[in-house]
Amino acid sequence: MKPVMHYSEIEGRSTGYYGLLALLGAIIAIALAATYHMEHSGHWVTGMNNQVVWGIPHVFAVFLIVAASGALNVASISSVFGKTAYKPLARLSGLLAIALLVGGLAVLVLDLGRPDRLIVAMTYYNFKSIFAWNIFLYTGFMVIVGVYLWMMMERRMNQYSKQVGMVAFIWRLALTTGTGSIFGFLVARQAYDSALLAPMFIVMSFSFGLAIFLLVLMASYRWTERPLGDAMVQRLKNLLGVFVAGVLYFVIVYHLTNLYSTRLHGVERFFLLEGGIYTQLFWFGQILIGSLVPLFLLYHPRLGKSRTMIGLASVLVILGGLVQMYVILIGGQAYPLVLFPGKEVIEGGFFEGSVATYNPSLWEFLLGIGGLAFALLMVAIAVKVLRFLPNNLDDAHVDHHHGAEKAS
Amino acid sequence: MSEKQDNQLSRREFLSGSTAAAGLAVAPGVFLTLTAQAKPAGQPVSSENRWGMLIDSNKCANGCTSCVSACEQENGWGSANPTENKSSPEQKAQWIRKVTLRDKETGHVQSLPLMCQHCEHPPCVDVCPTGASFKRADGIVLVDKHICIGCRYCMMACPYKARSFIHEDLQDQLPHAPRGKGTVESCTLCVHRVDRDSDKAVPACAEACNSEGHRAMVFGDLKDPDSEISRELKNYGGEQIRADLGLNTGIRYRGI
Ligand code: SF4
Ligand code: SF4
Repeated sequence: MKPVMHYSEIEGRSTGYYGLLALLGAIIAIALAATYHMEHSGHWVTGMNNQVVWGIPHVFAVFLIVAASGALNVASISSVFGKTAYKPLARLSGLLAIALLVGGLAVLVLDLGRPDRLIVAMTYYNFKSIFAWNIFLYTGFMVIVGVYLWMMMERRMNQYSKQVGMVAFIWRLALTTGTGSIFGFLVARQAYDSALLAPMFIVMSFSFGLAIFLLVLMASYRWTERPLGDAMVQRLKNLLGVFVAGVLYFVIVYHLTNLYSTRLHGVERFFLLEGGIYTQLFWFGQILIGSLVPLFLLYHPRLGKSRTMIGLASVLVILGGLVQMYVILIGGQAYPLVLFPGKEVIEGGFFEGSVATYNPSLWEFLLGIGGLAFALLMVAIAVKVLRFLPNNLDDAHVDHHHGAEKAS
Repeated sequence: MSEKQDNQLSRREFLSGSTAAAGLAVAPGVFLTLTAQAKPAGQPVSSENRWGMLIDSNKCANGCTSCVSACEQENGWGSANPTENKSSPEQKAQWIRKVTLRDKETGHVQSLPLMCQHCEHPPCVDVCPTGASFKRADGIVLVDKHICIGCRYCMMACPYKARSFIHEDLQDQLPHAPRGKGTVESCTLCVHRVDRDSDKAVPACAEACNSEGHRAMVFGDLKDPDSEISRELKNYGGEQIRADLGLNTGIRYRGI
């Protein structure tokens, strides 16, 4: 007998559930208040300035957008690469992808100098701008993943879900490449002067997206008391380990290739040795907390079995990812532009030749965290109204399901 | 994409605050009426011209900041606009600045003014999602404050740090140089003077430099072989800052 995977809405009537909604709602309300403050007063209340023009909100926004495409990975693995074991998770994967993208875009828009002109952004296009292209990539992504979810959830449409899943997969690669290219186009900024940035963003998306996925999965099954077997968790955690190692590998290659070209020695010295806060964040935040410790936890024979440790590793991957974004984004701007090779600037009217300062304000953090809360709120509500979550993901179910489909 | 045809131009010029009379909301509730000098009929902005400037660093005096003060007065920023008082020095607008350099080999010290280089291939125009950052047919690069959404991508893209974002509400703006919170601005090459006086125009910075007697800045039409700037460049040459980026800047330097 072939067991059928059943999906159902979560009940969503417990105090815990409403508590969660209230908490997320409160964070969003605070974020909106912070946004109002920043927009009403002007950006002078933030740490951003004319030297570091993109701050904490962009760190969160780019992180969420990158993670969004990575969250779709689980679905892609099942539909594109035919690993049916992941199939029961495909719906949640698609949902999370849309939610994270919307959360990230919301932060991006709310940090504009003129968010009230959103309509202008949608009606005036400069087709040479990678930014404008990204607007299409983002809307297209939401539509395609939306259709994909519908194909999966509507029995009559199931047959098409594989093809749509393929389209979604290709689209997500384009989307992350597009996001990475935002930096690639900045010819004059040495930190972004690398062809490796776009592929590195893709691997980062795998890792950040899966870390968020794992946490959401474990939390929702625990809170709804639905069975979630170790087989599934172990499979995902092994995958996460591979992705974290992949990011680390890319980071190493990125810095080695930069060290190879003399032209970039200055910027490498800055990030790896003398960049103050950026160097510290790189070694302690990104490499130690965000990569090595999670790898240790995930691959440790005993700790790697504990859900708490897997959860902790996922949290660290997320924190490390935010730090990595900070280092790339803010550090890349703080490093001075080279205008006069061979000459040193001894005086300048605009902070010439020195590392730019950036002291992030509380408001910016509140806005960024609000974007994450918004994404999670959307997920929490969606799983209550539609059938995203399988009833049972215990080992027997998952493995049996897996085996049965393999045999057929 | 970036070079506008003449018929389209009338609108863009108008929006950039260089011609005709236009109403412009500079802040909620504050309405500014533009009554800048209309360009004489029959003299459209044309790709026949390319406005540029040649700056001789050897003539530029260390410590002199007359060009910067003149630009402030002319366009109402910096010391000429006391209402920009909440922003930190890093946040305040800076259309033009003086930079002093020392050669690492020889120890030679020199100074020069730095502003928007009015690139022929401006990265700031390429990246702008809405097209607010645009280049006129005559080579002047401007920001259309009506469709700038304040994303600051152009500031990320500009290799010369030539652009400023307005971090607070501003009052007391000049009719020909509207400035608005949440949008980006930069040197306009005194476009209002260019549109009024054409090839006899002298931007405020160059005018001030001349009256100080330094005569380090020559403004003119790079496409007119008989203009002073073209003759100077032909006879004595001139360099671009970061020429390796291939942006073909309209501002040229000598002695760097
Ligand atoms: S100098 Fe900067 S702002 Fe001016 S045209 Fe070039 S890229 Fe644009
Ligand atoms: S800040 Fe304004 S001018 Fe600059 S890229 Fe964005 S929309 Fe264009």
